[in-house]
Amino acid sequence: MTWSRDEMAARAAAELTDGQHVNLGIGIPTLITGHLRDRAIMLHSENGIMGLGGYPLPGDEDADIINAGKETATTVAGSSFFDSAMSFAMIRGGHIEVAILGAMQVSVAGDLANWTDDGARVKGMGGAMDLSVGAKKVIAVMTHRTREGQLKLVRECSLPITARAAVSTVITDIGVFDVREDHFRLREIAPGVPALDPELSRMLRPGR
Amino acid sequence: MSKIAESAGAAVADITDGRTIAIGGFGLCGTPSALIEALLQSGATDLHIITNNCGPDSSDVTRLLRAGRVRRVSASYIGDNSEFLNSYLGGAITVDLIPQGTLAEKLRSGGAGIPAFYTPTGVGTAVAQGGIPVRYGSGSGFAAEYSAPRHVAEFDGREYLLERSLTADFALVRAETADTIGNLRFRGAARNFNPLCAMAARVAIVEVQEVVEAGGIPPDDVHLPGVFISRVVDLGGRMRKPIERLRTTDPVPAGGGSHGL
Repeated sequence: MTWSRDEMAARAAAELTDGQHVNLGIGIPTLITGHLRDRAIMLHSENGIMGLGGYPLPGDEDADIINAGKETATTVAGSSFFDSAMSFAMIRGGHIEVAILGAMQVSVAGDLANWTDDGARVKGMGGAMDLSVGAKKVIAVMTHRTREGQLKLVRECSLPITARAAVSTVITDIGVFDVREDHFRLREIAPGVPALDPELSRMLRPGR
Repeated sequence: MSKIAESAGAAVADITDGRTIAIGGFGLCGTPSALIEALLQSGATDLHIITNNCGPDSSDVTRLLRAGRVRRVSASYIGDNSEFLNSYLGGAITVDLIPQGTLAEKLRSGGAGIPAFYTPTGVGTAVAQGGIPVRYGSGSGFAAEYSAPRHVAEFDGREYLLERSLTADFALVRAETADTIGNLRFRGAARNFNPLCAMAARVAIVEVQEVVEAGGIPPDDVHLPGVFISRVVDLGGRMRKPIERLRTTDPVPAGGGSHGL
């Protein structure tokens, strides 16, 4: 068995410490919100909110309060609104303790690729490059293989990168991996996952 | 001294062909749709649009693209908009892809009289090294022009790259409330790029839900001082506020609280 998307989100939520300011990327990271009830965590939304809440109740939707994924959202007590330059001052200035981002590839050195699927079909980096250099700690959340079966934990990224040596921990459907410069350390394996793929096992050892 | 324009059409009437226009908003949120509609009606073409993203295919900015009125777009994100993507890949428009925080700072610093700045964002990537396709050959599928490499310098042992600031001929922005001399108050996350676009422009035009007399917004509550604003268009409570992705939640059972510090 592997972890579901929601189980990966729950596992990522367990990496957070109360009192932190945290930015959640689009995709699986968005699901983490559902695992933060009663946690003393302030969520930052790049479009200008500190203190993002969950989705509104039916009838309470407000077009002026949306998250970075353009979904209707709410705010919590103590929240604030600000412009995009202030928002990225928080990010780039090192005031956001943790960013949890989706990823297409993460290398043993912590290089992150998540802004374009190849060189020709560019979708734009949005706030991903700022978040990955600016947050004090970057956690990547992704399935460990692409739909086509390619490993997304890699020695070196083949996709255009978002930032070098940015990621410290990768939460996948098969377990939790810490980035150790020239290898991954398997910190935790999802219950019932059989022996690791030999190619991935080789990346758990230093060197090539 | 009043900056109230007669209409949205009158406010954009001097935007001529070839101009650079900074447009506020994040997707559909805070986007000045009445002013964009007026620009569409005005016929101005060959425009360079600076905006964070063009919103979904249904957005007002996309209508400008579809009408062939846009030569160049400077933005951080193309996703969720097939018209924008196809115009780019088909070679119909030139696109500068800029990290979102860098784009925000380019506008802020452009409006603040600072011509360039160093940032850590993009170091070691194609942003620093150059090579991001800027323009595709018409129908060829191959890039005809690439982004230029950035100057990289080291400060206190860390690498940064040099980015040029942006200015614009005009800004089209949206706020919730203006007074007659252009002091603005925004609402919620609709603030986003709006103050920054206004700062970066020679002529900033704002559409608002309501106009109050000067002094009607207490000085401490002014988010953007009127010195940055040239013209105010009063929508008189008829502002359209579409929602891009409507999501709601089921009522939380008793005992389930919300998070926050």
